[in-house]
Amino acid sequence: MWNTIGALILDPNVRWIIVGCMLLGLSSGVIGSFMVLRKQSLIGDALAHAALPGICIAFMLSGVKSTGGFFIGALVAGVLATFGIRWITQYSRIKQDAAMGIILSFFFGVGVLLLTHIQHSGDGGQSGLDKYLFGQAASMMQSDVYVLAGISLLMIVICVALFRLFKLISFDPGFAKGMGLPVAFLEQLLLLLTVIIVVAGIQAVGVVLMSALLITPAIAARFWTDRLHIMVMVSGIFGALSGLIGTLWSGMVSQLPTGPVTVLAATVFFAISALCAPRRGWLAKLWSRKQTKDQWQRQGGISHE
Amino acid sequence: MSSDFWIILTACLMSAACGLLGCFLILRKMALIGDAISHAVLPGIAIAFLLSGTRDSLAMMIGATALGLLAVFLIQWLQNSGIQSDASIGIIFTALFAIGVIIISLNARNIDLDLDCVLFGEIAYVQWDTWTANGIDMGPRSVWMLGSALLIILLLLALFYKQFKISAFDPAMAVACGIPVMLFHYLLMGMVSMTSVASFESVGAILVVGMLIIPASTAYLLTDRLGRMLMYSVLTGVVSSIIGYYTAYVLNASIAGSIVTVAGILFGIAFVFSPKHGVLIRRLRQRRSQGTAIAE
Repeated sequence: MWNTIGALILDPNVRWIIVGCMLLGLSSGVIGSFMVLRKQSLIGDALAHAALPGICIAFMLSGVKSTGGFFIGALVAGVLATFGIRWITQYSRIKQDAAMGIILSFFFGVGVLLLTHIQHSGDGGQSGLDKYLFGQAASMMQSDVYVLAGISLLMIVICVALFRLFKLISFDPGFAKGMGLPVAFLEQLLLLLTVIIVVAGIQAVGVVLMSALLITPAIAARFWTDRLHIMVMVSGIFGALSGLIGTLWSGMVSQLPTGPVTVLAATVFFAISALCAPRRGWLAKLWSRKQTKDQWQRQGGISHE
Repeated sequence: MSSDFWIILTACLMSAACGLLGCFLILRKMALIGDAISHAVLPGIAIAFLLSGTRDSLAMMIGATALGLLAVFLIQWLQNSGIQSDASIGIIFTALFAIGVIIISLNARNIDLDLDCVLFGEIAYVQWDTWTANGIDMGPRSVWMLGSALLIILLLLALFYKQFKISAFDPAMAVACGIPVMLFHYLLMGMVSMTSVASFESVGAILVVGMLIIPASTAYLLTDRLGRMLMYSVLTGVVSSIIGYYTAYVLNASIAGSIVTVAGILFGIAFVFSPKHGVLIRRLRQRRSQGTAIAE
């Protein structure tokens, strides 16, 4: 097994994919921490689904499959989706979760409509467009990895630079507003960063599973610490490790798709954290309960006098 | 019988079943649980298919419904242990969906289950996939599956209408009245799982969500009474199915996709023009009250 892993790492093509998936996991873990703390975990799911019509329209307009064109199309669709969700919750009595469901499925429905329309119209260049739905990291090329690396670096630089501001709007937006910070602008910026990372990640893990990369590492990291900067780092590390494991494992077994394995690896990190984390984990809670009970009994337990 | 008839009938049965359940999901603020369930049944479908080797077993329906309930149970469990509700939904459904995709891709040779088909469904083929009993052709299998799902839903809702209504609007009062709220919660979730399984082949996992949420939300904007909301929701679903079918025919595209698109457009119309809660009427009311304030 170690030999196959060694061979995989030495293969330059695989090495690119590994780097790409790790960077993706890292940056989505970082951004995901903020989204989870702001209680907007599932917005990533909505954005990933909303990207589909954008990709289709970009293809219909340009007629070629270009990563740049798809990126712009998906970005525009994602931004429109965030506006849609905001409008629906603001101007009607529909709650945020239902609004997210409406936008998610409506955009996806339009996407499927356009996708099948393109496929049935028999243009030869469209084959493989549906790869975007499930993600196929193996189809990533060196240029894609460059794009992904650039985006991830940009994300991380922005997050480090604006860390204190993001922290403030994640925990206490009211106070931030009182201090005179541009809260609405910062919230939009955070959302825009999420859209960018979701769109960048779709190609690797697919539409349905992209949201897992935002949520699962962040929640796993939350178990280990109460401090935001540590949480963001741990979450990024979990994301990157999931990307590494996903790529390696799916490289070793034929027909194993990368995205689902990456997500499962993240879920395993979550399960381990939920079980074993000090203080907040399940075992630690059991242990402290037992200790309290023992102490109580040593002191004489319940007296019935 | 013509293929148009069967396809429209399947779509209408599906949208009626989803429309009824969707109203309760919207009222209980659990719209995204529906999303989670419809994704989480995938491994159940895959495992049952792997074990039984056929698609039309009752075992598949039961197995997948059980998995949907398991997902709800796990989400509840994570929530009780202190994780935010939407994050726990996100963790559970993506994990289960990932397991489903892995099972299907590893057994691609043994499973005659196309991933594309699972996600988008292929309602156009319903009339060729027929159910034969005693050697007699009984018509498309999807119609039977969705028909029985709809029948079960109607039966349960008719029997326990009051209980479902009270637990939807005021769970605390329902508990106080002695209604087993948890039982009705899982009953509702069981029905959602069953409907997702019954309709995944015709409309696919993701678009079931659309039919669960969109028509019910449209109805929610049109009325304040539960009985009417259920009626409007079913009606919107059926109308979108019929218009969606012909739109898809004109555009030469996916029927399921166009049904959801039409449902979304109908929602948009209700959002703007609803006589009760629409954007326009709100503006008018605002202006009128401003006018009277100035006049006074």
